[in-house]
Parts: sequence; structure tokens; C-alpha cells
Amino acid sequence: MTLAEHARVHGDLPHRTALELIESIERSGLRGRGGADFPTARKLRAVASRKRVSAVVVNGSETEPASAKDRLLLSRLPHLVLDGAVLAAEAVGAPEVIVKVGATAGGSLQALEGAVSVRADDPVPIQLVAAPEGYVAGEESAVVHYLNGGPELPTFVPPRPFERGYRGRPTLIQNPETLAQVALVARFGEHWYRELGTTADPGSALVTISGAVAAPGVYELAFGTPMTDLVDAAGGATEPLRALLVGGYFGTWVEASEAMRLRLAREDLRSVGCSLGSGVLIALGESACGLHESARVIDYLAQQSAGQCGPCTYGLPAIADAVGALADGAARDGDRDRVLRWGSEIRGRGACHHPDGAVRFVASAMTVFAEEIERHRSERCTALPAGLPVGGTTIRRAVATGRRR
Amino acid sequence: MSAQLRVNPIACEAHGLCAELLPELIRLDDWGYPIIDESEVPPDLLGLAWRAVDACPTLALLLEEDGKGTR
Repeated sequence: MTLAEHARVHGDLPHRTALELIESIERSGLRGRGGADFPTARKLRAVASRKRVSAVVVNGSETEPASAKDRLLLSRLPHLVLDGAVLAAEAVGAPEVIVKVGATAGGSLQALEGAVSVRADDPVPIQLVAAPEGYVAGEESAVVHYLNGGPELPTFVPPRPFERGYRGRPTLIQNPETLAQVALVARFGEHWYRELGTTADPGSALVTISGAVAAPGVYELAFGTPMTDLVDAAGGATEPLRALLVGGYFGTWVEASEAMRLRLAREDLRSVGCSLGSGVLIALGESACGLHESARVIDYLAQQSAGQCGPCTYGLPAIADAVGALADGAARDGDRDRVLRWGSEIRGRGACHHPDGAVRFVASAMTVFAEEIERHRSERCTALPAGLPVGGTTIRRAVATGRRR
Repeated sequence: MSAQLRVNPIACEAHGLCAELLPELIRLDDWGYPIIDESEVPPDLLGLAWRAVDACPTLALLLEEDGKGTR
């Protein structure tokens, strides 16, 4: 959308004080759309209350292989995202906006460059940064680490970016979709935002759905929408479904019939142990093998470890090997138990939450695909590959120098 | 006054001295990395906890008293 189209479709940006904007965002109930689901007003206040804020960073990393919503927003509606970023900068007192995307995000980068070049009225400068990619490179501290001149790897927190981030100063980091919503709420108000969704979960979210559906893609859905409606919106299932992966590789598997009884609502999802995360959903058909696909994914997640912390660096590959053995029918006694034990031991012992997400994903696979595990002990798997994406960009890895026992 | 044990997992290189000095609170996983079983340090183990913090070759073991960081 060009600047002219953007102005026509979305209208002019109204003038609001920082306090008015933050209060409006608070009343809207907007929460972060990067995966952590953190109340946006609270984050804005936390940074606004600090002195010498250094920047607002638009985190366009989008490292979940099956996610496409952020690149869609950045490439098609860059002005909406930039409006939100500039509004946020004014609200927290940041002197600049930095938009960070992955180095291969050509479409986004081009659209952003074009957008920035025609914007004349922004109160703060906007800088574009293309960084090396990798699953953990989108984590907030990894983004800050890179912007500060280091590798795109997570750091030990606290302090968190809102306290000490870019240039060692308080930094606001937000997902592009969150900032697009900020720009819309600034124009149309918190009541407009609350027209969709439910009281507990107001508003809408961008969801990327792929797998065994006829029309995979990015869809905007009101919170509270039944999962069946979402699958219908995506053209319907192309075959009977076995399971749904909710929340991408940082999420969890849910058995199909259970998944179809859910709505896109926090309480519903929490009741079956999952969360929407960054809105990635993958439908797995019965012709595929959830165990094999899960083995491929945990293999990828293990390979994507930053390599900085022992439990993750050594634990995830060990888990991946065992899950692979279970999938190949070559499991040794106790492999499944070891997978679960290592999972519970590794949790919380990395500098970031990469290992936590990985072990949670594996634990859900062990539960949901228990039948498959049993069957693979005696039968060869004849399922078709479902091709869950495991984009193979290798990031620069630190090597954890530990001793094996 | 409460004291909390924490490991900086990036600095940790699995030397294992912490688990040797404070087995009541710390054990090692299958790869030699520390698992803090109980982060709250009882008063009678505080002295040993400080010894373990001092002994860590990479200063990865942290003891935080009343929310204040140390090392």
C-alpha cells in the first residue's frame, strides 16, 4: 500500500499525547503479537517511565518457519507498522525507530525502504537493519545483542531490554503486528478494537495456517473464533486431520478432535495446555506421521540452539536422537522415559526460552502421538512426508565448552 | 533475609565445583551442568553457598540476597 492509499484507507494519524495513547492502548486490552502475549500498555509504561530511552525496535525477525504474518504486514502495509512504531516512539520518548528484519526478507526490506523514503513528517528517524537469520535470532535479547554490535544470540537476563537494551539504555521492542494494531487503535479508538473478539480476549489476530488445508495462508480472525471456522476460512481440511500444531514450533500438538472443539481464546487454549503464541497453526492430516514430523522439527530446533548453554546445546540433540529413534522404530529401552526426563531437567536452564519451547513441543508429541510410538516398535511407517518447514539457515554458534560425564 | 542461588548458563562451563561443594542444593545433569534443586538457601548452608560462588572458575554461580544481585 502506497502512502496515498494508506492515508485513504486508514485515515490521518490523529494527534495524541503519550499518556492518552498509552491509556487508550490499555483500555483496548491489546497484547503483544510476537508470541509472549504481554499486555502492550504495560510494556509501554515500563519503558516510558525510564530515562534516556534509546529506541523503539520493530522486531520483524519472524523466525518461526511456518509463520508469514509479519513479512506480509511489512511488505504490504509498511506505513501502518511504521505509524505504530513512530507513535510508540513518541509515547516512550525514544529518539529513533529501528526496524529489524532477516537478511533474506527481500520483499519486506524493499517495501520498507520505499516507505521510509516517502515519509516526510515523522518526528523521529527510522533506520532499517537486516540481520543474519536463525531460530533464536528473533528473541528480544538476541536482537539487542546484534544491534549493539554482537552476534544475534540471546544474552543472560536480567537486565531485560526495557531496562538496559540498545546502547545499554531502555529499549521498547515490539512485533510488527502489535505496532500495526497500535496505529489502528490510535486512529479508531479502543472501542473499535473491542468490537471484535470477546471481553476476555478483545480484538483480532493474524494467524498463519498451513498443512492439510486447501488454502494455507495468513488470516485475520477475531479472538473467540471457533477453530472449525478457522479451518473453514482456510478452505477446509484436505483430508481427515490427526492433530493440530498450535503456536508453531514453540507451541504444542493437540489431537484433532480436541482441537476442533476449541476456540481462539486464551482460556480454551490454556485448558489443553497450549497458547496461540505468534499465531502459527499447522494442520496434520492422517496420511502423515506426527512422530516423523516431530522428529524432523526437534532435529531442527536442536541444530538451531545458540550453543551457549550446556543443557540446551547437549540436551536438545540427545532428545532429538531419541525421538528420531522412536520414529524409526529403532528405539532402545527407556528412550521415551529419557526424553521426558531430559525434558523436565532442561526446562528453565538456558539463558533464553528456546530449550523450554523445544521440550514442551516434544512432550506434546510424546502424548499426542503415543499410538504412533507404539506402532513404530513393530511396524514400518508408511506415512507420506507432510513437509513441516525446517528452513535450514545455520546461525553462527558459540561453542559451549563443557565436560561430558 | 532470603538468599537465592542462580546459574548464569552462558558463563557456566560445567567445571562442577558447585555441585561438589554444595551437593545439598546442586546436582549435575547427564552432561555435567548444574541443576539447582532448591534455589532458596537455608541459613545453615549460606557459608557453603558463598564458598561455592567463590570457587566457580567462570563466576557463573550467583547468590542473590533479598533480590540484590551479586557478582
